[in-house]
Amino acid sequence: MIPASFDYFRPSTIEEAVDVLAGAGEEAKVLAGGHSLLPLLRLRLAYPTALVDVGRVAGLRGVSDRGDHVLIGATTTHDEVVRSPIVREHCPLVALATATVADPAVRHRGTFGGSLAHADPAGDLPAVALALDMVLEVRSPAGERAIPAAGFFLDYLESALAPGEILTGVRVPKLGPGWGFHYEKFHRTAQAWATVGVAAAVRQSNGTVEEVRVGLTNMGSTPVRATAVEEAARGVEAGQNGGLRRAAEQAAEGTDPPADLHAQPDYRMHLARVLTHRALLSASAHRSPAT
Amino acid sequence: MTEQLDTGVVAQQIKEHDVLDAPAGGSEVGRARRRKEDARLVTGRTQWTDNIQLPGMLHVAFLRSPMAHARITRVDTSAARTRRGVVAVFSGQDFAGEQGSLPCAWPVTPDTVIPEHPPMAVTTVRYVGEAVACVVAVDRYAAADALEAIEIDYEPLEPVLDMTEALAEGSPKVHEAGNESFTWNFAGGDIDAAFHEAPVVIERTYVQQRLIPSAMEPRAVVAQTDGDHYTLHSSTQIPHVLRVMLALTTGIPEHKLRVIAPDVGGGFGSKLQVTAEEVLSLLITRRLGKPVKWTESRSEGNLTVHHGRDQLQRIRLAADANGRIRGVQVKLLADMGAYLMLVTPGVPLLGAFMFNGIYKMDAYDFTCTGVFTNKMPTDAYRGAGRPEATYAIERVMDELAAEIGVDPMEIRRRNWIQHSEFPYTTICGLTYDSGNYEAATDRALALFGYDKLRAEQSDRRERQDPVQLGIGISTYTEMCGLAPSRVLGSLSYGAGGWEHADVRVLPTGKVEVVTGTSPHGQGHETAWSQIVADSLGVPFEDVAVLHGDTATSHKGMDTYGSRSLAVGGIAVVRACDKVKEKARQVAAHLMEASPDDVEFSEGRFRVRGTGTSQTIQEIALATFAAHNLPDGFEPRLDASATFDPENFSFPHGTHLCAVEVDTETGATAIRSYVAVDDVGNVVNPLIVEGQVHGGIAQGIAQALFEEAVYDSDGNLLTTTMADYLLPSAADLPNFTTDRTETPATSNPLGVKGVGEAGTIASTPAVVNAIVDALRPHGVHDVRMPCTPERVWRTLRTEGGEPA
Repeated sequence: MIPASFDYFRPSTIEEAVDVLAGAGEEAKVLAGGHSLLPLLRLRLAYPTALVDVGRVAGLRGVSDRGDHVLIGATTTHDEVVRSPIVREHCPLVALATATVADPAVRHRGTFGGSLAHADPAGDLPAVALALDMVLEVRSPAGERAIPAAGFFLDYLESALAPGEILTGVRVPKLGPGWGFHYEKFHRTAQAWATVGVAAAVRQSNGTVEEVRVGLTNMGSTPVRATAVEEAARGVEAGQNGGLRRAAEQAAEGTDPPADLHAQPDYRMHLARVLTHRALLSASAHRSPAT
Repeated sequence: MTEQLDTGVVAQQIKEHDVLDAPAGGSEVGRARRRKEDARLVTGRTQWTDNIQLPGMLHVAFLRSPMAHARITRVDTSAARTRRGVVAVFSGQDFAGEQGSLPCAWPVTPDTVIPEHPPMAVTTVRYVGEAVACVVAVDRYAAADALEAIEIDYEPLEPVLDMTEALAEGSPKVHEAGNESFTWNFAGGDIDAAFHEAPVVIERTYVQQRLIPSAMEPRAVVAQTDGDHYTLHSSTQIPHVLRVMLALTTGIPEHKLRVIAPDVGGGFGSKLQVTAEEVLSLLITRRLGKPVKWTESRSEGNLTVHHGRDQLQRIRLAADANGRIRGVQVKLLADMGAYLMLVTPGVPLLGAFMFNGIYKMDAYDFTCTGVFTNKMPTDAYRGAGRPEATYAIERVMDELAAEIGVDPMEIRRRNWIQHSEFPYTTICGLTYDSGNYEAATDRALALFGYDKLRAEQSDRRERQDPVQLGIGISTYTEMCGLAPSRVLGSLSYGAGGWEHADVRVLPTGKVEVVTGTSPHGQGHETAWSQIVADSLGVPFEDVAVLHGDTATSHKGMDTYGSRSLAVGGIAVVRACDKVKEKARQVAAHLMEASPDDVEFSEGRFRVRGTGTSQTIQEIALATFAAHNLPDGFEPRLDASATFDPENFSFPHGTHLCAVEVDTETGATAIRSYVAVDDVGNVVNPLIVEGQVHGGIAQGIAQALFEEAVYDSDGNLLTTTMADYLLPSAADLPNFTTDRTETPATSNPLGVKGVGEAGTIASTPAVVNAIVDALRPHGVHDVRMPCTPERVWRTLRTEGGEPA
């Protein structure tokens, strides 16, 4: 890797990290696992003047049960997320989606917080964050604040993080009993980004769908919450021949998917409809044991 | 902490488990041995070119054209010269007087247009990525940083990006001489008669997309000089050819230029080249008197490693009503890119004799036009010409079967050369020396469960299952083991196709083999050791194989075209024979017997009918001491051999592929893949297995994943592996492989090449399967790579759904 030169800082506390970042200027970037940032540096598509490496900041890594939610530290690696019993028990959708991220090597380095802060709509986790109404905790010299996922992803690679703010952790609300989950990822090779991904959560009772949450990956400049599907699915009969297919027909509503070498927008919209149906079916077939 | 790999430990582990399977009788040939070179290769602790560090070495970075076609109107390197660590900055003008033209060794016709090809563009750029300037600096970072300070103004010219449009009247021109490089024709039999009133005529156009060879090791060059002699390390397949060509291009006398290919991490034809970077590195080191290194990045490689395939194939086939082929006519457009490189125009010719495949026919007609475009030049890529030909004939055989309504395997049986008909001279004039298509096919069908899968296919069709099943067949052959020198001469190639070997028995009885082939991952060191161990009766471990350095291996034609074993391996056998004959003279002398009474087996010379014997190691020491040798005997137990084959080798096989196609999304999934290959006798089954696996993967990659894409301005869009998709093991099925062994009759080992067979076979097997799955939907072709989107769109247009 032959990037342009930059200053490198490796703080060991969050206070120090916030200070260093504040002093490093507007062109400084936070480095966690590096699996999104380093390719940009390698291709000289980004020229940060400084990197603040939060990889060894104490207290940012790990998963804890906080009663009504699970707190995932920003520098927790994807692999740690997938293996966490707390995540698997209380937010299985996070585990399902994270397990599809790239390959094992990437999952051992890449971090949960990093992939949200990078705000790539083709990443698998932003759509999950939307679907589950996660809340992102950030720190700056001004103090702490919490940003709901719905207000976090502003544009392509652009989040609500202000200059000087560092993502410290993510609250994942526990959804309670009766829910089933699925992440349907459509990609051309195992390591490729999702052409389209669908994060689905379905709560049903006595064969009737009571509540649905759907987040879409790579269907616009930000991850997309498929609210039309969620409304259309409420109250329909579950199962192959129920109303989920009709609800899934709404999946492309309001999306503005990108064109690239792997798919044109009309194909992505078609995929969103087909995959949403499949995701809803799978989610309703794999209800969590808590039911 | 990650555990550190210890090369010694890995080597020990490999050694402890080195033989996985051995033939009865204890011979080395036929033994499934792990490769002796693997420990250093897989741990990376070896002399890769980029690992070389020389005192005072400088680093080169190239500035590359962002324009597909433009005139260079201004170059200003002054700001770059002032950057940190910069030693020198050069543009094309600085080399104009000495850089010569990159060579093309294969002018296929007397009137082939071979444009001047300056290693660094001077006045005009003709493809995105062409070198326009370079920085020489104290490290790679300084060199890359300073590139950004070079200012170049371009006056844009209209790019030529489509072959058909390039040949149309009024097209902008890549070169003054026009966009056609050559047209080459070859015919056998009466093609008009074959098509006249033929009951069945199939006509199809197939697109061989442009591919980017992706060797694991990027290209790298280290050049140095003492002011008189020059040494060039390069990650190349062809150190010997390169030395000759660089001498001719740069004017450095051949005897003052040493070329070394150290361990090389793959090539697939992409390192069968004389590159701009190799020439320029020599020129820079000549200019500065200091050693220099250049190592490409992956994106730089995608832009400027020569590309592969890129043909537009129009194929017509005439047949009788029962499906017997009467004739095949092929009209090919081959994209040369912006220049002709080492063998660019010859690649389609290597396929010209293969569009008939394994089939008998009355007539054949082939025409190829080489076309210039403003893209990276194309050249040899694994299979070079034969995958393209095999694809077209194997695809069209399926179309023929569909047209007359018989099973695609049956149509092949009706047309292929029967085992009893070998040796068989084809309509193209090649003599296939041996083959048994029936045996390979029967074995493949049994392993595949053909009938059961056909039953499942009909069931899914009846049920209108959204996931349809398709079965693809590829009964391929290919010509390899390049090549009889006379044949190459008749095709206007600039060199011969022989190969050289030296075998020397050292005083202690150990053996050194010097081979003119140049391994870059194939396992020559292991295979040659097995051959020598059997021939001289020495332990496998006692053989060392030297290669890749023109100072130690003075003569060779290097490695490509599945030639190493079938040509280079035979040179080793011949040299061993000569050594044995010398040793026999010494043995007879020492044992006071007539040489005619001395027989040799398992490393021991015995006087027939007596208990007297001498080992080859004893003979070696006696020859070294030279105290008591036959009168006039030169005290040396070494020999050279140069082998020029009389014929190509013709591996063949039957590949069967079952693909599930999701008609809702267009996604395809290979469910099973069976390959039964016949590569003649086998020296090391494990190496053969590896070649077959890798080859199949690479062919599947063309069918499903890989494509170099240029936009309408001539910018390459697939410059990273996120855009240029290579499958990994996770994307491929388990392959079921097996072999039949029909020995080649053209060489004493009975071997055929295996390096390209898998790639040649697998692409049509996969696409045939996809088309087979969708045929009831009205689909008769899907353009490669068969991406989900392309399958989906094909279904919507061919399948009658609204587009």
